[in-house]
Amino acid sequence: MTPAIEPTQESVFTIREIAPKIFDMTIVSSTEEGSAALISKHAKAGQFVMIRGGEEAERIPLTIAQTEPEKRAVRLIFQVAGTSTHKLSLLKPGDPVLNLAGPLGKPSEIVEGKKVLVIGGGVGIAAILPIARELYHAGNEVTVVLGARTTALLILKDEFAQISHHLTLCTDDGSEGRKGFVTDAIKDLVAYRGVYDVGWAVGPTIMMKMCSEIAKQLDFPLWTSLNPIMVDGTGMCGGCRVLVGDEVFFACVDGPEFDGRLVDWDNLMLRQKQFKNEEADSYHHCRLEDQLNSR
Amino acid sequence: MLNRSKQKTKLTERSPEDRRKDFLEVNDGYTFTEAVSEADRCLQCRNAPCIQGCPVAIDIPGFIKAIQEKDLERSWEILYTTNQLPAICGRVCPQEKQCEERCTVGKIKDSEPVAIGRLERFTADWKRKAGFTPVTIEVTKPEKIAVVGSGPAGLTVASELAKNGYAVDLFEALHAPGGVLTYGIPEFRLPKEIVRAEIEGIRQLGVSLRTDLIVGKTIYFDEIRQKYRAVFLGIGAGAPKFMGVSGTNLNGIFSASEFLTRVNLMKAFRFPYADTPITIGKHVIVVGGGNVAMDAARSAMRLGAQTVTIVYRRTETELPARWEEYHHAIEEGIRFRWLSNPIAYLPGPDFRVTGARIQKMGLGDPDASGRRKPVPLPGVEETLDCDCVIEAIGQSAHRILSEGFKEVRLNRYGYIEVDPETLMTSVPGVFAGGDIVTGAATVIEAMGAGKTAAKGIMRYLTAIA
Repeated sequence: MTPAIEPTQESVFTIREIAPKIFDMTIVSSTEEGSAALISKHAKAGQFVMIRGGEEAERIPLTIAQTEPEKRAVRLIFQVAGTSTHKLSLLKPGDPVLNLAGPLGKPSEIVEGKKVLVIGGGVGIAAILPIARELYHAGNEVTVVLGARTTALLILKDEFAQISHHLTLCTDDGSEGRKGFVTDAIKDLVAYRGVYDVGWAVGPTIMMKMCSEIAKQLDFPLWTSLNPIMVDGTGMCGGCRVLVGDEVFFACVDGPEFDGRLVDWDNLMLRQKQFKNEEADSYHHCRLEDQLNSR
Repeated sequence: MLNRSKQKTKLTERSPEDRRKDFLEVNDGYTFTEAVSEADRCLQCRNAPCIQGCPVAIDIPGFIKAIQEKDLERSWEILYTTNQLPAICGRVCPQEKQCEERCTVGKIKDSEPVAIGRLERFTADWKRKAGFTPVTIEVTKPEKIAVVGSGPAGLTVASELAKNGYAVDLFEALHAPGGVLTYGIPEFRLPKEIVRAEIEGIRQLGVSLRTDLIVGKTIYFDEIRQKYRAVFLGIGAGAPKFMGVSGTNLNGIFSASEFLTRVNLMKAFRFPYADTPITIGKHVIVVGGGNVAMDAARSAMRLGAQTVTIVYRRTETELPARWEEYHHAIEEGIRFRWLSNPIAYLPGPDFRVTGARIQKMGLGDPDASGRRKPVPLPGVEETLDCDCVIEAIGQSAHRILSEGFKEVRLNRYGYIEVDPETLMTSVPGVFAGGDIVTGAATVIEAMGAGKTAAKGIMRYLTAIA
């Protein structure tokens, strides 16, 4: 019997570990009709894709880091955090990509001629790259603050240097840039340069929460890209429901960006832990399989 | 030889104790001897009232007569001429409200109708096992048609158009085709192997299937309209509804759509061999009284729950689920709490649900659906302990729709408005059918809409040619 699904048109073009456990992967389509080709043509800053790293794998959302329509290419940057991302990290150049669907979610609302603040933390630095790029090209005055635990995890600095007017780097351990959290840097920046018209923050949930509290105090809108657990990514399951201004929204179709000042962060953080035990079991199982396969 | 038995030929079902442990089917269907014996109950009425009860008008006496004559190949040919998904329909159609309700044998005092559904399944299963030879039909028409959504409506439109010589591209947003047949209906009621096989038959007709493509996102609606002479939207009623009571965002509370998608599409019942998890508590509450509620409850039981309680705001009399599904659920140990409606979910220290506050209801006057309306009994409440809640209270129109297809006129419920005869929408050349027009309904009704839309599309293409 022939397979029930047309053969895949997507394959890994490049994959590189750019920082410990952080992978930079470009997927290309072999034809104009392939998913990567169509996504690269239609994606806008702030949107994401759903991807599966194998036949039994989960569908996981990854923010699009870059698109190159002329190369039919989609660039994704992800951190290995469990089974699904581990499986993706094992792909080699030339390997087929089983399922890639998108672009999903609403695009960022790119403003023009404003004073904007762009905050990226950890692997969220990759997710905020296309937003910063669009904001820069739309004629905004762009201040970028990037933060990570340590210098090795502070990714994409050179790319941000080209699309920002002010760039501040922070590390928790002081190994590069300012020592401390991005929140400290933001407070100082506002003290020196005045408040921003609008900001974006993408990173660990706790970082987005802290940044949102500052935005609330200083009274400027701050778009945050929420990352709840998703299954289909198309509005069908309601697993990614988030509370924003006391209303329930689905992050996949109503978001993923919401004004962080209105987000119920504690609820989001608790819901992200829903499958914590199962995820640990799955990762353990997956690593055992790796060991068996490598024998 | 006519079989004058008043009862349907008995079907051996697996014991509920065995069924509760796995996701295999409740029964294996009729044997050859049983099927012939059941077929012999059919009177071959000349006016064939059963056909009028079938949304796709299968020649029911015809395919049953062939079973009587032990000519299964002929039975298959008659069935497959009209219905490209017979093994699916034989399993999930509500025959008791359709063909079997009209059956003359069933009108005889104390007599059950002919088991048309079981016979349909028998012939289809026989053919699949005997070896299905795909029919490829050449494209003879110049127009290309896009079908959006590969559920029962889309599959039917695609196969009808392909059989008439049209080139059809069928688009699916998820990674596997079938829509509700794949993500919604559980394995023990509809094995996915059967769904795959019947969809494969439709692909063999020449339909080109493309998964992982979200029309409105991956390709814009305008682009689709430029590229194709006609478009069919069969995108289903996919967005889950929630009761909206306090505590809805606690962990352990799922929409039935999420629960069933995790289990069916993502194969969470095979976790950790499949990567997608599902947490199933010890005590599960399912809210709702339809087939989806039965599917969720019976799946939860199979995943190892100690108790599963269906909470329904009306009574057994008003239960919308098929009698057969309700009956199976009871056999498998599902408990029912009638006249009960959750008003709050109670959190535990770790943010997991620990209980549901239930408002007891009474029945008032009949509402628009003709069923007696449930009304709250003031002050009469109870608390049910639970660590998992599955809300199966219905779905609404998909949200990507309103963004992606702005030109198509919707009704006040967010469903697409169509001409009832042709199923054409407010946009010429764009047709729609299935749940996205009617709201959540049945597989066979969506297939009936697919047939109507295919005729509408062909008439439209002929008229503009």
